[in-house]
Amino acid sequence: MELVRNFPFFSIMLAMFSGPVCSVLPGKAARVVNAIVISIVAILSAVLLAFLMASGESFVFMMGHFPAPWGNEIRAGVLEAGMALFFSIVMLLSVLGGIKKLFDEVVVSKHNLYYVLVGLMLSSLLALVYTNDLFTAYVFVEINTISACGLIMIRENGRTIEAAVRYMIMSLIGSAMILLGICVLYDLTGHLLMSNIKEQVALLVADGSYPEPLLCTIALMSVGLAIKCALFPFHAWLPDAYGYSTVSSAAILSSLVSKGYIFLLIKIIYRVIGFEIYRGSGVIDVLFIFGLAGMIFGSVSAIRENDVRRMIAYSSVAQIGYIFMGIGMGTQFGMVAAIFHMLSHASTKSLLFISAIGLTDVSDGSRKFGPLTGSGYRNRIAGLAFAVGSLSMVGVPLFSGFISKLLFAEAAVTLTGRMLPVLIVLGISTILNAIYFMKTVIRIYTPVDEVNRVKKEGYEPVHMRQVPLYGVVLCAFVILNVFLGVMSDSIVNLIRIGLDMFA
Amino acid sequence: MSRRKTDEEYKKTRAYRFFRWLSGEDEYYPDETRMDMDLLIPDEDESTLLERMKDKQLAKEKAYDEKTNSLLRIFNKLYRIVAVVFCIMLGALLVYNASYLPPVGAADKATNNEVPARYIEKGIEETGAVNIVTGMILDYRAFDTFGESNVLFVATITVLILLRLNKKEDLDKAEQSDHGYEPKNDVILQTVAKFLVPIIIVFGIYVILNGHLSPGGGFSGGAIIGAGLILYLNAFGFKKTERFFTEKTYKWVSFGALTTYCMCKAYSFFCGANHLDSHIPLGTPGAILSSGLILILNICVGLVVACTMYTFYVMFRKGDF
Repeated sequence: MELVRNFPFFSIMLAMFSGPVCSVLPGKAARVVNAIVISIVAILSAVLLAFLMASGESFVFMMGHFPAPWGNEIRAGVLEAGMALFFSIVMLLSVLGGIKKLFDEVVVSKHNLYYVLVGLMLSSLLALVYTNDLFTAYVFVEINTISACGLIMIRENGRTIEAAVRYMIMSLIGSAMILLGICVLYDLTGHLLMSNIKEQVALLVADGSYPEPLLCTIALMSVGLAIKCALFPFHAWLPDAYGYSTVSSAAILSSLVSKGYIFLLIKIIYRVIGFEIYRGSGVIDVLFIFGLAGMIFGSVSAIRENDVRRMIAYSSVAQIGYIFMGIGMGTQFGMVAAIFHMLSHASTKSLLFISAIGLTDVSDGSRKFGPLTGSGYRNRIAGLAFAVGSLSMVGVPLFSGFISKLLFAEAAVTLTGRMLPVLIVLGISTILNAIYFMKTVIRIYTPVDEVNRVKKEGYEPVHMRQVPLYGVVLCAFVILNVFLGVMSDSIVNLIRIGLDMFA
Repeated sequence: MSRRKTDEEYKKTRAYRFFRWLSGEDEYYPDETRMDMDLLIPDEDESTLLERMKDKQLAKEKAYDEKTNSLLRIFNKLYRIVAVVFCIMLGALLVYNASYLPPVGAADKATNNEVPARYIEKGIEETGAVNIVTGMILDYRAFDTFGESNVLFVATITVLILLRLNKKEDLDKAEQSDHGYEPKNDVILQTVAKFLVPIIIVFGIYVILNGHLSPGGGFSGGAIIGAGLILYLNAFGFKKTERFFTEKTYKWVSFGALTTYCMCKAYSFFCGANHLDSHIPLGTPGAILSSGLILILNICVGLVVACTMYTFYVMFRKGDF
């Protein structure tokens, strides 16, 4: 067997191993170890992706001496390797971009614990991406939930602890639903391995036996995962969790944690239940309608917000709505658009969070729109990056957001019954997006009376030379965003190949 | 800095203007476009600021007070009723769903397939563990169990983040209040603990070491040892436990246990997946030194669980070791 086939296993184990190692190191060394581990994972995933593109077929990897239904198994295809690569790049950039803020907001003696959480979070995301076994997925959902709580509350002020408690309660309800769904499914099929369950489910549907429990398990797993990634009616935990946690955490949570769960849902749709059967159940319509509602109501909440970070957080609700709308379309095109939007949203949202922190820092730490006026002049690179992120979110050509909106519209045209609602809601949501993002961009580029500004403490301009790492990270995010927007054809092609490998 | 151009010349170049633009030093807008905005924050002295904040807080409180806001009162009542009705409906739905599931213990149930058959028939032969459950969780599905012990680890880390005190003063204060609340030198407790603690810990060690032979294993044995440590701490206080268990102990024990687990399993996964012989003898089933790596893994899991239990207790009580 080629060595490259071991890479998914290597990357999961390496990320998990980095957790205990960081726990005994001092903060600075832990940071270096963490950055190195994430980079290695990115390189391994890139090599694996190249290998899979060349070989053209997915493979399974046996975890231990026993073959699949008895032992554990992981599986790697183009989509999995691509996701792992993308996740590790975004995670590296998010962690590096928030280092300065971490020193301001977190006690230095707890920095190494932060990197433990980041390492374990990465391992759980990788395992969710690669797993071929429902119970393994559940174990890593647990790790993901607990480390996300830690990431939120490491800032240790009242708001973040409240946000973490709220997140924990909502997230545990979601976990419980997923576990119940897995239990019912095991009771019906007698398997935990994804491919075996799929065979058995197909048999059950052909027989027509147990339709009620089957519907119930589909609903439980879908709703459980929807709660965890903050689909519209379940999003109450989101604004505080994203809005008040330290900036790396906010970027990781918004761009990666929710995406890991959505990827698991897509995996369940394709590899556990089967796409046709899932489409036949009514659950997909529920997701579709919730997605549409989220696109509108998330944006409306964002417009009403007077706090820039909470506004970005509410915008996540709308973007998750887009993704679920794509899944809810029930076609291959819709799914491709949803996956592309996952990538686009992940790269843009972390960019927005990290650039917003640069803007609030030159506005005396205030996040209200009043003090933010003119901050784009005081921190050029952050202002520029925020403008790029906003344009991408609104859907301006050249940036990734445009391509995903285009793909959604293209996918909608092929639908028979749902074309009109999709196109109308897409239009309305784009306008609402433009209202609140352009409002912010105009605000940060509005000149303020200089006499009042320069006098005040906390409003001094910041040069990129003072914060070189931060500037480099923002540039990298902008490049990633433009790359997704310009090279969209080959990426969409990659996603198509990956989805074909799924089935 | 050595520069070929003079300062005057350099100032005319685009690079100079670009860097000036980037640093925000340039005149970035002409005078006529400059806006005369109000001061960002109104100038006010401390007392008026405090009053303003107080007013704001009062207004907020009034808005969320049930007595003055009848709409809120109605909403809260409605919310409770809807929540109860929703929970009852969800429960009823799940019970209704459960009535459609295949009956428990039926011979033709889907769960009675080749998977448990192999665990039961070949379990001892393939893993060397007489206790089939241990063989399943630590050999057949060891990856899941590794994830599970990492769940414990990350839970401890989260508790450390939340409860470990950051400042020295807080720590002293916690120590004083702890002394005030806890009974000191309780003779009955100390005498009982003197007898019980060794027995409990030895029993815990037995459960861990015999995990592959009899019911038990790392998770249950670790919990027993943790309970013994907590009893010891309660009877004799922190001074005695700190002689052998500090934060350093916790860090290095859990690091060592997880690293050993990770190394062992990484080796065996790698060998298994690449179809190599792992050269780990399984031994004779029933002997204490048998069943390959399971004994080592059980010890690792037991150490992690015991440390986790003890650390949870200490953190909740005092906030530091």
